[in-house]
Amino acid sequence: MLNVIWLIPLLPLSGFAINVVLGRKLGDPKSGYLAATMCGVAFILTLATYFDLLSKTEEERHHVSTIFSWIPVGGLKIDAAFLADPLSITMALFITGIGTLIHLYAIGYMHGDPKFSKFFIYLNLFAFSMLMLVLGENMLVTFLGWEGVGTCSYLLISFWHTRDSAATAGKKAFVTNRVGDWGFMIAMFLAFQAVGSLSYSVLNSAAEGGTLARSTGTAITMMLFIGACGKSAQLPLYIWLPDAMEGPTPVSALIHAATMVTAGVYLMVRVNPVIATAFTWAPAIIAIVGAATALFAATVAVAQNDIKKVLAYSTVSQLGFMFLAVGCGAYTAAIFHMITHAFFKALLFLGSGSVIHGMHHEQDMRKMGALRKLMPITAGTFIIGWLAIAGVPPFAGFWSKDEILLSAWAHPTNTGLYRVLWGVALVTALLTAFYMTRQVIMVFFGKARWEDHSEEHGAHGDFKPHESPAIMLLPLVVLCGLSIVGGVLNLPFTDSTKRLLSWLEPVIHFGEIEGHASAGVKWGLAVGTAALCIASMGVAYLVYQRNKIKAIEPQILADGWRYDRFVSWFMGKPGRQAFEAAAWADRTIVDGAVNGVATTVRRTGGVIRRTQSGFVRNYALLIGGGVVLMLAWFFLRAVGVFG
Amino acid sequence: MSESTSFPILTALVLTPAIGAVVVSAISKRRPELVKLAALAFSGITAAMSIWLLCTFKSGEAGMQFVSKHSWIKAWGISWNLGVDGISIFLVVLTGLLWPIALLGADAHHDEKPYAAWLLILQAGVMGSFMSQDLFLFFVFFEIVLVPMYFLIGRWGYEGRIYAATKFFLYTMVGSALMLVGLVTTALLARRDIGHMTFDIHEIATGSHFAASTGRWLFLAFAIAFAVKVPLFPLHTWLPDAHTQAPTAGSVILAGVLLKLGTYGLLRFNVFLFPEASRYFRPVLLTLSVIGILYGAVVATMQKDLKRLVAYSSVAHLGFIVLGTFAFTSSAASGSVMQMINHGVSTGALFLMVGMISERRHTREISQLKGLQKVAPIFAVVFTVVMLSSIGVPGLNGFVGEFLILIGTFLTARWWAVVAATGVILAALYLLWAYQRVFHGEPDEANKSFRELTLREGLVILPMIAAIFFCGVYPKAMLDRIEPSVKELIAHVEEKTGYQEPVPVAVPVAEHEPKEGEE
Repeated sequence: MLNVIWLIPLLPLSGFAINVVLGRKLGDPKSGYLAATMCGVAFILTLATYFDLLSKTEEERHHVSTIFSWIPVGGLKIDAAFLADPLSITMALFITGIGTLIHLYAIGYMHGDPKFSKFFIYLNLFAFSMLMLVLGENMLVTFLGWEGVGTCSYLLISFWHTRDSAATAGKKAFVTNRVGDWGFMIAMFLAFQAVGSLSYSVLNSAAEGGTLARSTGTAITMMLFIGACGKSAQLPLYIWLPDAMEGPTPVSALIHAATMVTAGVYLMVRVNPVIATAFTWAPAIIAIVGAATALFAATVAVAQNDIKKVLAYSTVSQLGFMFLAVGCGAYTAAIFHMITHAFFKALLFLGSGSVIHGMHHEQDMRKMGALRKLMPITAGTFIIGWLAIAGVPPFAGFWSKDEILLSAWAHPTNTGLYRVLWGVALVTALLTAFYMTRQVIMVFFGKARWEDHSEEHGAHGDFKPHESPAIMLLPLVVLCGLSIVGGVLNLPFTDSTKRLLSWLEPVIHFGEIEGHASAGVKWGLAVGTAALCIASMGVAYLVYQRNKIKAIEPQILADGWRYDRFVSWFMGKPGRQAFEAAAWADRTIVDGAVNGVATTVRRTGGVIRRTQSGFVRNYALLIGGGVVLMLAWFFLRAVGVFG
Repeated sequence: MSESTSFPILTALVLTPAIGAVVVSAISKRRPELVKLAALAFSGITAAMSIWLLCTFKSGEAGMQFVSKHSWIKAWGISWNLGVDGISIFLVVLTGLLWPIALLGADAHHDEKPYAAWLLILQAGVMGSFMSQDLFLFFVFFEIVLVPMYFLIGRWGYEGRIYAATKFFLYTMVGSALMLVGLVTTALLARRDIGHMTFDIHEIATGSHFAASTGRWLFLAFAIAFAVKVPLFPLHTWLPDAHTQAPTAGSVILAGVLLKLGTYGLLRFNVFLFPEASRYFRPVLLTLSVIGILYGAVVATMQKDLKRLVAYSSVAHLGFIVLGTFAFTSSAASGSVMQMINHGVSTGALFLMVGMISERRHTREISQLKGLQKVAPIFAVVFTVVMLSSIGVPGLNGFVGEFLILIGTFLTARWWAVVAATGVILAALYLLWAYQRVFHGEPDEANKSFRELTLREGLVILPMIAAIFFCGVYPKAMLDRIEPSVKELIAHVEEKTGYQEPVPVAVPVAEHEPKEGEE
């Protein structure tokens, strides 16, 4: 299986190709089943690869298969090559696995959409790109996937392109991502100059062998981090993600929660030896940005009323957690949280999609309430997702979040800074429990506020939310199960229960920083955090269910601290004016000078003609005639010479 | 340099369109339907020959191939000297293939006969320019190109065509005049070193030893002519006017190959003949290129006319090509050569599609267009692919060239590359914004009846789409042919100036302990 690893991305690619040609003919729902099958078979192949890898000894779990030489010039030899190692296969497993579930879900969700088959064309193309991203053996193949997922994200966010807000959101996502891509590109240039290759093996082994200069390692780290900030929606480049919710909900679940946005985290883990060689302030910056983003986004999520916006800010916040882990050198924890987050956030997004579907495209939580009775399966699974993200033991999120908090607390160097970051992360965790409780209550409990708004839905009194079809509920149930048991991947009790750690060991052994904390501290932190989170949920219960405490939702939080508004203002006003000034200068100054010279020449030349045209036409004829005469002369001469 | 004894394919590539022009002119006025047929036949033959040329071109060879050299004016050392190498082969092929596309993809609307004739003369001129290995011969072809282009813009263009044609002509003429002086002086001065009068660029490049100051003056004479043609900031303002006013075929050809005469000239003549001066003026050219990249993109963003927007995007893209030319690394220069083709294909396709829009809607104003994706989804998909290629999304052709240019430039001119790389952000901005305004949204009354891509239009644009994908996925096919010649050129610069190209060597993967798990 390791030798045919290229089959994994090839499957969704062929699904894409088939649907491009036959999609319209296959139609709704066949083209969707085709796409889902491709993704499903890719999952099975990934699983086979996983077992293949598992059967090998630890040091042999690194297999490169080269397809062809992609860009060979001078010293630059870039292959189209794939890498199968524990990290890439872990990523591929959950991408294809969750991807398949979301493909299935989308068959139900997109049913009846006039562009049904086109949706699956994009979705398969996305799966292909994402697999290229994680399976790439060098930075350029990853970059191909990186830009590919960005392009798919653009196409899918603006899928309903007749809506102006969707079109704008797609463009915003692409351009903001490009800012990050600039950093990624510079990192590649630096790597090539330093080690003469873009291959991860070469770069990482140079870092491990000590031949990579510390300054270069730092520069590569920071530049890749800029790229990661764009793709994984960290401060200050997060602004595109909340707007990306304009896309259909399966897209939000797949791209903007479970897979694409984690690409930045993956990239940082991939080059962990390079980060280890960097000056310690570099990972510290990553940790600070991560923690700051986590807190920032959590505060904003508290005041959102759009069901998807809450989850979007929550995603930004959870990604911040992952970067905090990366900055702490806790790469296993980062990947662990990435996986559990993929489970429960995909679940929550799909659940919200089910709600939106059942509510006839209503997204405002103020117009929901008491839906648990009408949508029991959606409600039940959503509640599990809520417990998982809120950090309630023994659900998945508790274990992974606990690891990250512990790694910040027990960081061996720079303890003061990392303790502060731990505090920030703890507050974020409490806020997370709070706003998720708020969401669950607003949507599924309390009063059925949708009854007052039934007119708006065009149902004229006959409006009643309904449960979604089975094909949408099945993925919910599967993800719900995973959100419950996801923690077993890496239980902290003994070395043998830390399965993910020992599995990823060959990839991260150089960069992973092990914190030191006694068993008592570990237990204390875990129990304390869980207790506080539950308390926070209790507060939210009092506020939103019992109305005992008045809700505090200041407008500034609803507006995301007005940061997005500021950026829009900046781009729209001074930015645009500067661009317009450049265009003006081009017309009047640069071109004006040219016309000025022309006019002056004409005047001083004493050639007085009414119209430019007459003047030049003669001139042109003169030149043309001159050339012809000259040619004729040379030709005659030549004939004479030959003769 | 290998003298070819078989069929003089290069001469045929110049003569076929030229004969075609004569034949088209001779067609009787009563048989107008024959005009297009004849023009297509001759450009078709040329296209077939150029493909044959590509197939028989030996990859991995640095020198000139298919050389056809016949003494013309012995006393002056001027010869009919044609040849192609890795730097020019794809430009020749692109020239061969673009004409049938331009002829099929856009109509003249009136006076079809002179239109077709001028187009064919133009092709002969461009072909000759890319293949000439003789300075004088090159100049003759370079000048021939001007005349048909002038008439194409001036007679078949849009409302402001006369102004645009004039500007184009005068601007380029000033450059040409300088070049004429430069090339004659070059030959005269080189005679002292070589011992006889010659315009053969290979003889001059290897045999001459110009004093540093002399070489720099000569360099400038050529460089200004080519910088106008590229066009390099701040000599670019003729381009938006020429592009906007030219008929669609003119724009396609202008962007596709004419601008490349400038970038090709810089590489073939400036760098090859005056290596010392090229090194000396490097910072200036790099800086102007980077300014062009950013400035072109910024100004493109604010354009209200689609054609002007694409024209300014060309200023930005060609900035990349010049940047790579003066980076003096084989990866950057190979990237530049490749990007000449890529830009020709994707911008050519963009102009073709903008032409189709303007044909349907009789306007190119962005504000007049809206929601086209809803009424013409296939048209929108094709446009999207071309746009993404122009933006430089990996997997498509535009990325490979830009990436090679930037990574190669980074080795010798780090900060220029860092700043130039921000151009990729701006490229996404102006194109996506324009796309949104034209294709997204709900179509209004005027745009509701926008016609979907027709079969003919689809077939015309299909080869370009195929090229966009092929060159992005398997650029090796091109690079294998380009690289040897580029390397030889850089070796020539190294030999003449003592410059050493930095080549990062891949550090072998370290001997690992069992734990590492590396292969």
